[in-house]
Amino acid sequence: MAKIVVDEERCKGCELCIPVCPKHIIVMSENFNKKGYHSAKQINPEECTGCAFCAMTCPDVAIEVFK
Amino acid sequence: MKKVFERPKSLTKDPFTYCPGCHHGIAHRLVAEALDDFGVREKTIGVCPVGCSVFAYVFFDCDMICAAHGRAPAVATGIKKSKPDSIVFTYQGDGDLASIGTAEIVHAANRGENITVIFINNAIYGMTGGQMAPTTLVGQVTQTSPYGRDPKTMGYPIKVAEMLSTLKGVAYISRVALSKPAYILKAKKAIKKAFQTQVEGKGFSLVEVLSTCPTNWGLSPIEANKWLEENMIPYFPLGEFKTPEEVS
Amino acid sequence: MGEKILMKGNEAIGEAAIRAGCRFYFGYPITPQSELTAYMAKKLLKMEDAAFVQAESEIAAINMVYGAAATGVRTMTSSSSPGISLKQEGISYIACAELPCVIVNMQRGGPGLGSIQPGQADYFQATKGGGHGDYHLIVLAPSSVQELVDLTMNAFDLADKYTNPVMILGDGLIGQMMEAVEFKERKKISLPDKERWALTGCKGREKNYIVPFNLDPYEMEKTNFKIQKKYNELKEKEVRYETINLDNADLIVVAYGTVARIIKTVIDNAKKEGINIGLIRPITLFPFPDKIIAETSEKINKFLVVEMSLGQMVEDVKLAVNGRVEVNFYGRVGGVIPTQSEILNEIKKYLK
Ligand SMILES: Cc1ncc(C[n+]2csc(CCOP(=O)(O)OP(=O)(O)O)c2C)c(N)n1
Ligand code: SF4
Ligand code: SF4
Ligand code: SF4
Ligand SMILES: [Mg+2]
Repeated sequence: MAKIVVDEERCKGCELCIPVCPKHIIVMSENFNKKGYHSAKQINPEECTGCAFCAMTCPDVAIEVFK
Repeated sequence: MKKVFERPKSLTKDPFTYCPGCHHGIAHRLVAEALDDFGVREKTIGVCPVGCSVFAYVFFDCDMICAAHGRAPAVATGIKKSKPDSIVFTYQGDGDLASIGTAEIVHAANRGENITVIFINNAIYGMTGGQMAPTTLVGQVTQTSPYGRDPKTMGYPIKVAEMLSTLKGVAYISRVALSKPAYILKAKKAIKKAFQTQVEGKGFSLVEVLSTCPTNWGLSPIEANKWLEENMIPYFPLGEFKTPEEVS
Repeated sequence: MGEKILMKGNEAIGEAAIRAGCRFYFGYPITPQSELTAYMAKKLLKMEDAAFVQAESEIAAINMVYGAAATGVRTMTSSSSPGISLKQEGISYIACAELPCVIVNMQRGGPGLGSIQPGQADYFQATKGGGHGDYHLIVLAPSSVQELVDLTMNAFDLADKYTNPVMILGDGLIGQMMEAVEFKERKKISLPDKERWALTGCKGREKNYIVPFNLDPYEMEKTNFKIQKKYNELKEKEVRYETINLDNADLIVVAYGTVARIIKTVIDNAKKEGINIGLIRPITLFPFPDKIIAETSEKINKFLVVEMSLGQMVEDVKLAVNGRVEVNFYGRVGGVIPTQSEILNEIKKYLK
């Protein structure tokens, strides 16, 4: 059991977290945050391994990982 | 569930002002994690450069000073000499460190100043809008090399890690990248080792961090990572160039 | 303490600085001030909690001073004209960051590489800011080795009091001169606490940061206004000068440093010829003693400014006099020192 929490307001929609997820469970949300970026979000959290690849790649330290 | 990855304490809550996908943010986080790991935040004094990371003073939650363009190693020398028990680091871009500040970095290294230098090589002048840096690759198009860097008139990109590791006063030097998790993990180790070198009083340490500048490279952050791996890493090989025995 | 020691000007500055609590010196060799750098090396390298660094350049030296000053210690650099030019960017940063430090300029003849003989042609650079932006140094101009000692000690206090860089503006002659000096016991004065801003590690407090910039022009303007306030206070409280023979003088000479020394002999010689000359010798070049000059110009209508430049301080004298009387000028440059007889001849021209 693991999951990530994306701080939507910190996210700048750079999409760097998407290709690094081995489970391909991060996508960009349709919504804009206050700064006008689409933020990243996790789908199918049950597949998350908590590897934190997404978090360590995020240039804006917008992702927290729970395991 | 337990939090296994969170914002390091040595970063303030302020959101970074860097462009989307810019590696400055990752490098900041790794430095902050190293300060956390050694428990030295409260005795650290950071020196930020002139460049995009001039704002680093906002983001690191420790005492900070902004140096003139290129002079961070001299400022750090003054700080370390007058407060030898503090942990002192500089955070510098490639224009800052490898062009205008070449004398300062060479001589701080040569004196073996017990400081840590984080050197962000993004092959460009980010802050001023994308001019040629001393590290700009051969053929790379920038505002001031509009037909590509021509080594006949503009010279070849400077390999800072290699150059400085010839100096006897230097204790630790490595080059890392931040374009994928495997590299980021290595970068984290290298930055930790650099600070460990200082904590143990072993002398000058520097980590050259190959970084992207998606904005001025005119690439998306993902394309920029690919460009870095295909173009920068072959010319600027990753790895350790110098280690004090005990730290390696 | 109390006894007199024979010392060379440059070394006397070093000793005075150390006695004033300066333990951190950063410099780069240049004639005619290298003895000061060597003196600091000899002393500080043997002291605890002290540092001497022969920097790779004057640029590095001033930036080391910036770093050391930021931690709250007393720190100093010294150089001569070309080296001081190199330091200007750093000095502007230090002034903007409002950090205390002492900078010694033992001027030589310029411009360019110039000569290694004494000069006073860095007056504009020293008093008007020197680097970019609206700022001033506190500028002290000694005219004897004893005064060099006293002013060096004062310089550290003034720097701390106003959190502003202070420049000792001497010249090659005064640096090389041997004179008997006394290191007087100084009375303790209370100075503002540095803890508020010094970078010492943020244990037990919020972080401190020193950033000499603000991209918001309105905020940057506020910084300027804040610094400007200090300069106004300096003009009110810290002006210093020496006057000789102001009453009944036929002509007033305004001169500082080495030249003022020569003028004193000229005054004695002139007296023998029945000529009565007065002297106003600014000790602080910034803040400039304009009031005494203005007052004197209401009583005496002949002024001569003598400098080892082609006319720099004379501009400030003219501003102070404000057109009331004629202000004449005599100068030698490039390392040439004006002689007593040529100055007296010049004076006689205006007394015909
Ligand atoms: C003395 C001086 N010269 C030039 C500049 C303008 N300037 C500001 S940042 C910069 C280059 C920054 O590039 P780099 O060091 O590579 O940092 P980056 O923005 O790429 O992180 C320049 C030339 C300056 N501020 N000061
Ligand atoms: S922690 Fe690993 S598996 Fe989970 S979302 Fe992030 S990258 Fe994917
Ligand atoms: S890496 Fe960070 S900033 Fe970029 S899209 Fe993912 S969460 Fe957002
Ligand atoms: S300009 Fe380049 S280096 Fe500067 S913040 Fe943007 S992406 Fe980063
Ligand atoms: Mg750069």
